[in-house]
Amino acid sequence: MAAAMKNVEEIRSRVILGEFGVKNAHTTDFPGNYPGYDDTWNLGKFQKNFRINVVQLKENSMEFDMVGVDPAIANAFRRILLAEVPTMAIEKVFIYNNTSIVQDEVLAHRLGLIPIRADPRLFEYRNSAAEEGSEIDTIQLQLKVKCSRNPRASKDSSDPRELYLHHMVYSRDLKWMPIGNQADVFADAFIGPVHDDILIAQLRPGQELDIVMHCVKGIGEKVAKVVNSRLDTCSREVLRHDDLKNLVKLGRIRDHFIFTVESTGILPPDVLVAEAIQVLMSKCQRFLSELDSSDMD
Amino acid sequence: MAAEGEKKPVLEMVQADGADDGCVTFVMHEEDHTLGNSLRYMIMKNPEVDFCGYTITHPSETKINFRIQTRGNIPATEAFRQGLTDLSEACQHVLNTFQARVNEFKETQGQPTE
Repeated sequence: MAAAMKNVEEIRSRVILGEFGVKNAHTTDFPGNYPGYDDTWNLGKFQKNFRINVVQLKENSMEFDMVGVDPAIANAFRRILLAEVPTMAIEKVFIYNNTSIVQDEVLAHRLGLIPIRADPRLFEYRNSAAEEGSEIDTIQLQLKVKCSRNPRASKDSSDPRELYLHHMVYSRDLKWMPIGNQADVFADAFIGPVHDDILIAQLRPGQELDIVMHCVKGIGEKVAKVVNSRLDTCSREVLRHDDLKNLVKLGRIRDHFIFTVESTGILPPDVLVAEAIQVLMSKCQRFLSELDSSDMD
Repeated sequence: MAAEGEKKPVLEMVQADGADDGCVTFVMHEEDHTLGNSLRYMIMKNPEVDFCGYTITHPSETKINFRIQTRGNIPATEAFRQGLTDLSEACQHVLNTFQARVNEFKETQGQPTE
């Protein structure tokens, strides 16, 4: 009898790692499945069992443990962190002059992948009907570079760094052009690319780039280039160390998750996680209000 | 039920003829496993719910079919509403705990340098 109880406890709380596969991965603690257990959702019980433990918090990455939550919800947070936290990224590229070797569309694609440092919470989504961007939803950037021969280079040098001026176009050459009242609102904030040293294109004398870019708010689901957290591995459950294969069972605790969040630099990682949780809440609220409005019809 | 025309419906309800209030399929637009799986877990935790599941009709379309069958004592929309509210409350608690821990961590980090 005691052995059966222990078995039940194990199924409920542990995920067993067999030699060739993982057993017990599905959640089974729903009301009615186990006699003698009350598995109804209870906010108080959840609050008592729930724990967060911050292991590490750096400028661009953080690591924390989340204990007491079901894999469904932890996975929802992970998916939102990867794809649904809003970011600002270059969306429309107006190419006035491009005489470089890099094709227009390739150049536009590369520009779109550059992370832009601007707090997306201060901007609105652009209405798809509006053609022109306005100051509340668009950031305008300009890139104007012309490559020329260096008159002071020595005759027989072959190093392009010496022979040419402006032959490498870096992301630091992107200049912010404030529109409307952005110059006042963002006077202290530095709006521009997160990293200065992203190589965009290479030029030779006579080639130039004259480009204006519009940067809008988007989420990774619709536009793959606005992903905010580069790497987010989670659900590496805590391990109980055991070495001898056949004598000992290897199991992992079911509801203990280790989150590692690495940010592209636009928002600090703790803000990213907070935003992700709020995105999930706002999804719920959206359907709640939809239900309420349809009930009143 | 939902306004057609300019506003795209985000939530529709489909019910078989002759069925009672306890069995409803909700069609949720612009949603995927993120909300589907977490909401399914919350609604399954309700003892009045007999069956709850969701399916993505086609991976190219961003909509899910979410079915709830209750034991008959409460209507399915009530179970749906309860699940959404529970999920929202759980997220609020997670958010509060997370922010409290992060602030604690930042304070203990700040102390050695001060």
